[in-house]
Amino acid sequence: MPEITLHVNGREHRLDVPDRMLLTDALRDRLGLTGTHVGCEHGVCGACTVLMDDRPVRACLTLAVQAEGRRIRTVESVAPSEDALHPVQQAMRDCHGLQCGFCTPGIVMSLVALHERAEGAGTVAEEEIDETLSGHLCRCTGYRNITAAARRALGADTAPCEHAPEGADR
Amino acid sequence: MSAAPATGGTGLIGTSVLRKEDDALLRGRGRFLADLRLPGALEIAFVRSPHAHAEITRIDCAAARALPGVVAVYSWDDIRDTVSALFLEAEMRIPDQVREAIKPLSRLQPVPLLADGRVTCVGQAVVMVVAEDRYLAEDAVELVEVGYAPLPALVDPLDALAPDAPAVVPGTEDNLAISVEGRVGDVDAALAEAAFVVTERYRSHRYVASPMETRGVAVTLDPRDRSLTVFASTQTPHRLREVIAGTLRVDPDHVRVTAPDIGGGFGQKGVQYVEDVLVPYAAHRLGRAVRWIEDRTENLTSSSHAREQVHDITLAADADGRLLALRDDAVLNLGNANLTGLVVPYNTLTHVIGPYVIPALDLRVRGAVTTTMMATPYRGAGRPEAVFAMERAMDRLARKMGIEPHELRARNLVRPENMPHRTGLMYRDGTTQTYDSGNFPELLRRVVGHLKIDEIRERQRTGDVAPGKRLGVGLALYIEGTGLGPFESGSVTVLPTGRIRVATGASSQGQAHQTVFAQVAADALGVPIDRIDLREGDTGVIGHGVGTIASRSMVTAGNAIHLAALAVREQVLADASGLLGTAPEDLEIVDGIVRPVDEPEAGIDVAVLAARRAPLLVPGTSTGPGAVISETTFFKPPTVTVASAAHGAIVEVDERTGKTEILSYAIVHDCGRVVNPMVADGQVTGGVMQGIGGALYEEMEYGPDGQPRSVTYMDYLVPTAAEAPPYVLDHIETRSTLNPLGVKGLGEGGAIAPPAVIANAVEDALGPDHVHITRGPLTPSRVKDLLRAASSARH
Amino acid sequence: MAAVKPAPFTYRRAATLGEAVDLLAADPDAKVIAGGQSLVPMLNMRLARPGTLVDIGALSALDYVDVVAGRLEVGATATQADVAAHPLVRAHLPVLAAAIARIGHSQIRNRGTVCGSIAHHDPSAELPAVALALDAEILAFGPRGPVSYAAASFFTGTFDTALAADEIVTAVQFPLPAPATGWAFAEVARRSGDFALVGCVALLRTDAAGTVEEARLALFGVASTPVRLPEAEDLLTGRPATAEAFEEAARVAAEHLDPGSDSHASADYRREVAAHLVATTLADAFARTPAGSTADA
Repeated sequence: MPEITLHVNGREHRLDVPDRMLLTDALRDRLGLTGTHVGCEHGVCGACTVLMDDRPVRACLTLAVQAEGRRIRTVESVAPSEDALHPVQQAMRDCHGLQCGFCTPGIVMSLVALHERAEGAGTVAEEEIDETLSGHLCRCTGYRNITAAARRALGADTAPCEHAPEGADR
Repeated sequence: MSAAPATGGTGLIGTSVLRKEDDALLRGRGRFLADLRLPGALEIAFVRSPHAHAEITRIDCAAARALPGVVAVYSWDDIRDTVSALFLEAEMRIPDQVREAIKPLSRLQPVPLLADGRVTCVGQAVVMVVAEDRYLAEDAVELVEVGYAPLPALVDPLDALAPDAPAVVPGTEDNLAISVEGRVGDVDAALAEAAFVVTERYRSHRYVASPMETRGVAVTLDPRDRSLTVFASTQTPHRLREVIAGTLRVDPDHVRVTAPDIGGGFGQKGVQYVEDVLVPYAAHRLGRAVRWIEDRTENLTSSSHAREQVHDITLAADADGRLLALRDDAVLNLGNANLTGLVVPYNTLTHVIGPYVIPALDLRVRGAVTTTMMATPYRGAGRPEAVFAMERAMDRLARKMGIEPHELRARNLVRPENMPHRTGLMYRDGTTQTYDSGNFPELLRRVVGHLKIDEIRERQRTGDVAPGKRLGVGLALYIEGTGLGPFESGSVTVLPTGRIRVATGASSQGQAHQTVFAQVAADALGVPIDRIDLREGDTGVIGHGVGTIASRSMVTAGNAIHLAALAVREQVLADASGLLGTAPEDLEIVDGIVRPVDEPEAGIDVAVLAARRAPLLVPGTSTGPGAVISETTFFKPPTVTVASAAHGAIVEVDERTGKTEILSYAIVHDCGRVVNPMVADGQVTGGVMQGIGGALYEEMEYGPDGQPRSVTYMDYLVPTAAEAPPYVLDHIETRSTLNPLGVKGLGEGGAIAPPAVIANAVEDALGPDHVHITRGPLTPSRVKDLLRAASSARH
Repeated sequence: MAAVKPAPFTYRRAATLGEAVDLLAADPDAKVIAGGQSLVPMLNMRLARPGTLVDIGALSALDYVDVVAGRLEVGATATQADVAAHPLVRAHLPVLAAAIARIGHSQIRNRGTVCGSIAHHDPSAELPAVALALDAEILAFGPRGPVSYAAASFFTGTFDTALAADEIVTAVQFPLPAPATGWAFAEVARRSGDFALVGCVALLRTDAAGTVEEARLALFGVASTPVRLPEAEDLLTGRPATAEAFEEAARVAAEHLDPGSDSHASADYRREVAAHLVATTLADAFARTPAGSTADA
């Protein structure tokens, strides 16, 4: 069983993992980072999406041993503090972009990657937002509010969310 | 209800309060079943049947048992003496009135927990493997040797009811497991005098609910008394407790079922499965913590399916387009087990009539057993199938008469002034089916307006469409009996800390109960919403409950909580009245402070009142009527409340690729009083997307050999954001007269109409003279097949 | 039988190409992994059961895109996302970027490699068809040293190629189309990001008057390999690039296709839509030629 060093959320972890262990299982079972969810384990649903060297990838299609030497970020690392959410998270909340919340961490990670790229450029093209979101399955929301949240978080739409005014201060 | 009791008047009901659930879920701190930390827990994997139908000739587990890391391997013979077969008593119960009045057939069929000498569908559990982790469990699964002698598969429900069809379930003579009928008036006489009659066969295809979180069960065992704590991804924890206790023959008090965060259910997690009992069995027998996390292929093939029905429908109207009669003979594919009895068939029977006045009805729904995965309720539960048949037939009838489809509908809707309306049928709860309230003409008027149908007709006439594209518009209406009983529990307790604990037997899978039930309780009690803590999904928190299924939670649990909070309010006011010397009717509760209306600064926080009831905590205080301020209420709805909606879509079909694009999807929805408009819109939109999924993309397809063909997400096509259309969302609000809050259920409604809407719109686009859409999903290939057949018929 | 966790294997990360070849040679059941976006699903479902998994992902020397002698070369570890965004690709071979944009989703393309997709050879995948249309050269390395395969003979059947079991694809060379060649890529899929039901790559070069000098057409999703359409290409050559000619090419193409049926599309469907895509991609490709871009509609 190889010992590997995983660089996750800014910390280094030394782990003994079987060669065949998937990155999802290493994150969840070994590091206790259960925010990364497992929805299909064949790369379609996107619930397991994490950032690898700042790019969203499917953790279920990555072996833990392959992640050695890469910088991994999971949803647990995204919020700046206990009192504040990342703009992507805040927009998802304001726009009611989640219901059961199972697919949400993966979506947040994909949008965080876009958000970081947008910080230089100002906004992200709607087509790119749509393309990114199409890599995630959500069964609850019908996507309408996720798309609205993404566009607001990424500056592609500046109008407030449909129901936000009444609840935004809560 | 106009006589609704006065409440705290916080104005929270009707407000889009942001969700209390979201912060944790967005930070990755949700606690879904697979996220629970159970130190030392063993993992389960199942050996499942690769055959649709076969005798089991041999099971050899020796090699699997010998594999290091394997703790136990069980076949049915290993456990049959200590457990009972699975039987969902609550689902199979038929009210006496129904039994006497319509004499339904519902053949009971207990299901062995593991295959008992025979398998009757691909994916059926044959052997259970328990190992130190899932990897090893899968290794062991491969080492189990099972011999099968294949038998013929029986896939189509009509084939299964043929006189010469072999019976799938051993010991039965045929495959007819369910039959229900409903009649009003004289259909034959009405048909004889009708000016227009259409007779069609429509098929609703097979779906999987496909929640993003698969099912799962994790169990810990208390070594002192061997009691079980069962964590389950279930919509119905209290029912699961009864099923586990009954099947494992243990005291229900020794089983606590907790539903942690649930990643969607949609009905699939509202029934109980063999795995729900086998995992606790393994924990109990081994004396260790055990868990099973369903994988996606298991969810697609071994969790319940839904919606496969064949309808032979006849609809008749007079020369003015007044409906005279409806005959519908429907057969549904139960799969290999009748686990939920009349739920789906009877919903189909009582919803095919929809929002229309039809004087003569002749309805029959039968359920056929086949060698496919069993079918159970899925979001809509028998209604989308009925609506597909009825609303397709309405379009065909309008076409035959040469009038607009919406015009035919307008002539036949139940008028608001005729509410409550009785259909003449008996509902599944034994009452006369009654629509409590609604404004169907307004639903239709608005959806027609949103769709701008006249403009579409003009563009169709003038050919104002992109080259190679065809434009179409379609709509459908439905009614839905929501808020099913028999009851739900709600309890409200004021703690000495000032926090308000609310508990209920309902159980959220994304419906924002933490938020919306807090709105209800806070509103009734007059306390700030952030003082409310909801406990639900746990048999250890409240003794009785049903769960979240059947668009019922706001109606049943919401009203239970509302009534409990009002009763607590009475107690609070009485206590404060004694302290302040002010009559209760001169007191108000604002922001958690009870105060005289004319002397607001003299208020007392409810926390103080609660503390006074707990003399051991606060020396010197006296004991009041009880040691705590708490009420538990069971709300028993008299019958279902009837929600309704009109949906419509504008579509563009590419005649060269067969692809359908939804240019706009309009919804006018009525679920009575809306507690949280943001959440309500979210529920409706999500339901519509599931309906669109089935209309265009999703199908659980079986080959004639009984092999499922949609076993991964590469083949079972859940739509993505790219497939989501632009929406127009509109509400009207006709309050229910059957409960104090005036609410109706809304969880399922969105999913009911889209298959009919999209089919109607696509047929409109392709030209109803040429193309007849009788089933979905409307894949590009199927659309091209229709066009090709139409073209060769013309030549 | 459902499975979601790989069967046991030995994982070896190669530090050099030579080491990778040695590791591959040491185990007849060894398999190469780079991005793993096609292989890991098969591992998880236990449809692939290698004894040894040889990871070439650390071979950063193979992470490159270069243009040399009229050829655009993509190294074995270059990800689809990087290749599609690469300035050389955007400048010299935009059809490759267009095809990559249709592979799965961005989250997949961030790990998946161009060479991996070609070596894996799913017959409904985009890149084998692009390779075929461009007469790409697949470069490999094995115990016998470097070898190369012409795309026309590389794709031998579903998930099957001419690559020997002990060889590793090291790069793919795409000959750059002659100047003034128009291109188009189109596919029809059930949902955004799905494997294509049918797809088509077209390259078209005409003289200034709009007479076709060269046409290249490759369809995918219609057979166990991507297919070129020599009859349609020949028919076009020397003829004016007109809608009528494109329609005739489409008809000829359809006559030479014998696609299969599955639960997503019938054979008739694939044939009809293939013909439609031939006509539309030819028209789109022509619109990208100097003659076509100035012509009226």
